[in-house]
Amino acid sequence: MFDTLILILDSTVRLSAPLLLACLAGLYSERSGVVDIGLEGKMLGAAFGAGAVAYLTANAWLGLLAGTGVAVGLALVHGFASITNRGNQIVSGVAINFLALGLTALLGQTWFRQGGRTPSLSGGGRFGNIELPFAAEMAHVPVIGPIYSELISGHNILVYIAFAMVPLTWWILFRTRFGLRLRAVGENPAAVDTAGISVTWLRYRAVIACGILCGIAGSYLSIAQSSGFIKDMTAGRGYIALAALIFAKWKPGNAMWACLLFGFLDALAIRLQGQEIPGIGQVPVQFFQALPYILTVILLAGFIGKAIPPKASGVPYLKERT
Amino acid sequence: MSAGQLPRWVDFGLIPAINLAAAFLVSGLVVLLIGENPIEAVKILIWGSLGYGEGIGFTLFNATNFIFTGLAVAVAFHAGLFNIGGEGQAYVGGLGVALACLALDHYVPWWVTLPFAVLGGAVFGAAWAFIPAWLQAKRGSHVVITTIMFNFIGAALMGYLLVDVISKPGSMQPETRTFEEGGRLPLLDSLLPGDFFGTSQVNLALILALLACVFVWVLIWRTRLGYEIRTFGANPTAAVYAGISPVRIIIITMMISGGLAGLMAINEIMGAQNRLLLEFVSGYGFVGIAVALMGRAHPVGIVLSAILFGMLYQGGAELSFEMPAITRDMIVVIQGLVILFAGALEYMFRPALVQMFSFARTPATQAG
Repeated sequence: MFDTLILILDSTVRLSAPLLLACLAGLYSERSGVVDIGLEGKMLGAAFGAGAVAYLTANAWLGLLAGTGVAVGLALVHGFASITNRGNQIVSGVAINFLALGLTALLGQTWFRQGGRTPSLSGGGRFGNIELPFAAEMAHVPVIGPIYSELISGHNILVYIAFAMVPLTWWILFRTRFGLRLRAVGENPAAVDTAGISVTWLRYRAVIACGILCGIAGSYLSIAQSSGFIKDMTAGRGYIALAALIFAKWKPGNAMWACLLFGFLDALAIRLQGQEIPGIGQVPVQFFQALPYILTVILLAGFIGKAIPPKASGVPYLKERT
Repeated sequence: MSAGQLPRWVDFGLIPAINLAAAFLVSGLVVLLIGENPIEAVKILIWGSLGYGEGIGFTLFNATNFIFTGLAVAVAFHAGLFNIGGEGQAYVGGLGVALACLALDHYVPWWVTLPFAVLGGAVFGAAWAFIPAWLQAKRGSHVVITTIMFNFIGAALMGYLLVDVISKPGSMQPETRTFEEGGRLPLLDSLLPGDFFGTSQVNLALILALLACVFVWVLIWRTRLGYEIRTFGANPTAAVYAGISPVRIIIITMMISGGLAGLMAINEIMGAQNRLLLEFVSGYGFVGIAVALMGRAHPVGIVLSAILFGMLYQGGAELSFEMPAITRDMIVVIQGLVILFAGALEYMFRPALVQMFSFARTPATQAG
């Protein structure tokens, strides 16, 4: 029983990491007032960029760099549309999701001719798992041993980066001048503008931060979790991250717990597939798939606390009336 | 005419045309990037979608889907609501259509089944839009987010039903049994002399879609409710002072929107597939956003842009056949670019045009 639990929690950590990265990405963007439903597309673009470059160079770090580059590029398109051109942010996000879905499959087929996938990675093209010190020695200690050697040790570097980003994001948002201004621009851009700070530049920086984190999230999927890019491999994770962001009420600490919860549901669904639960019987796998969304809707409805988005989110800033 | 304003024909004709041209230009660059000739690709695309009867048939079939989902998004737009849940509403609407067909197809001809199927699709689609609408109206949760969530919840629900509940007995396929004659809409081909539309599946749902356009036009511009919807969309605060109930408008508009999306299933399920199957909506709901944007939320514009997207789908299929390097994913890219340029970057070329037109007008003003 304990071993099973450790196994489920272990896969929870692996499944939550990309959600967490994407969720924090959305956090930067939305806290600055730019709504981003294009997380999915940016992750997918990054997964493809990372998979392709990691294959060509056999270097995971270059893959990560390329993936991040693709995601930042898409983020800048979103920024250009929604900040500079004051376009509809939802529409822009939808467009980016479509673009990424189509381009990755099209270019994947053109360049690698494997039905839209990138060739399988091996060796240096992937991020391997890291054994923390004394993991092997600790393994035999009861309770703490398995927790340390299975749960905490033995993940790839991007998992640790994902979880390290939580306190870092908190610190940036709530303890730095940049963070204060970023939050202010999401609540009341006119006040920030009056203080002589460029709303446009601040929001662009937030959108770029969002791109970087989405890039890591997408790269994680193709060159750390799997060994190569597969067509539409994000499979809705960007939207789950968006749900987690709302569930977390736009706070970094909560974001981690929300992503762990949604990752846990995912891990549980995989574990319970085709198995009977005593007293309940077989739970359809679709129930677990829908649960994150159902929970988020219930939260949004105000039945579990209240999720209030940043005040200026989704509203383009117009400096002066023309 | 004050500064910053443009003549109507520029706003409603020239700007969409320029945006579309920009989207196609970038698409052409993508085609170049994968090493094919864009001009040749355009020729194949237009020939494949309009060059012969069967191609026209498929184009119109796709356009029928787009008219329904486009109208759904447009109606919500008029109330200032963004219904991005067309995908889920159409999917669940399919359940309503299929239930009507499965219940009646053994006993009655199609024209008796049709009203029940229309009712089923509309009611199920509307029901799927009702919860997000109610949550927006009563609990203040944003309709964009809840409709996204409902797309996924709908997909999970339909997946469960199709796999475990209503699939054909004794079959592993996640689909219902095939409807009998009484649950099938006649193809247009069978109603017209000759064999113009070939094997294409364009069916009577096209007529239903055009009727839906008339319905939406009358509703929005010729009824009291439509006036209230537009007032609420233009200025919710003023609407409240005018005695319009936001709760009522939000819920009714979203339910009409969801119902229209649900009717898409008439074309796809009753008209073409003749059975309910997994993922039959396959993006039509999302593309409805692009259709509504390009059509400026007006039924005439929606029909035109639905035909354009129908052409893209059919011509794109032809293209992937003729030029294997250009897979069907190219259509998704073009859609993305159209949504980007016609939707999100809608105003990109506007300042330049405003400048151009005010410059052109200045001498005239001085003379006057």
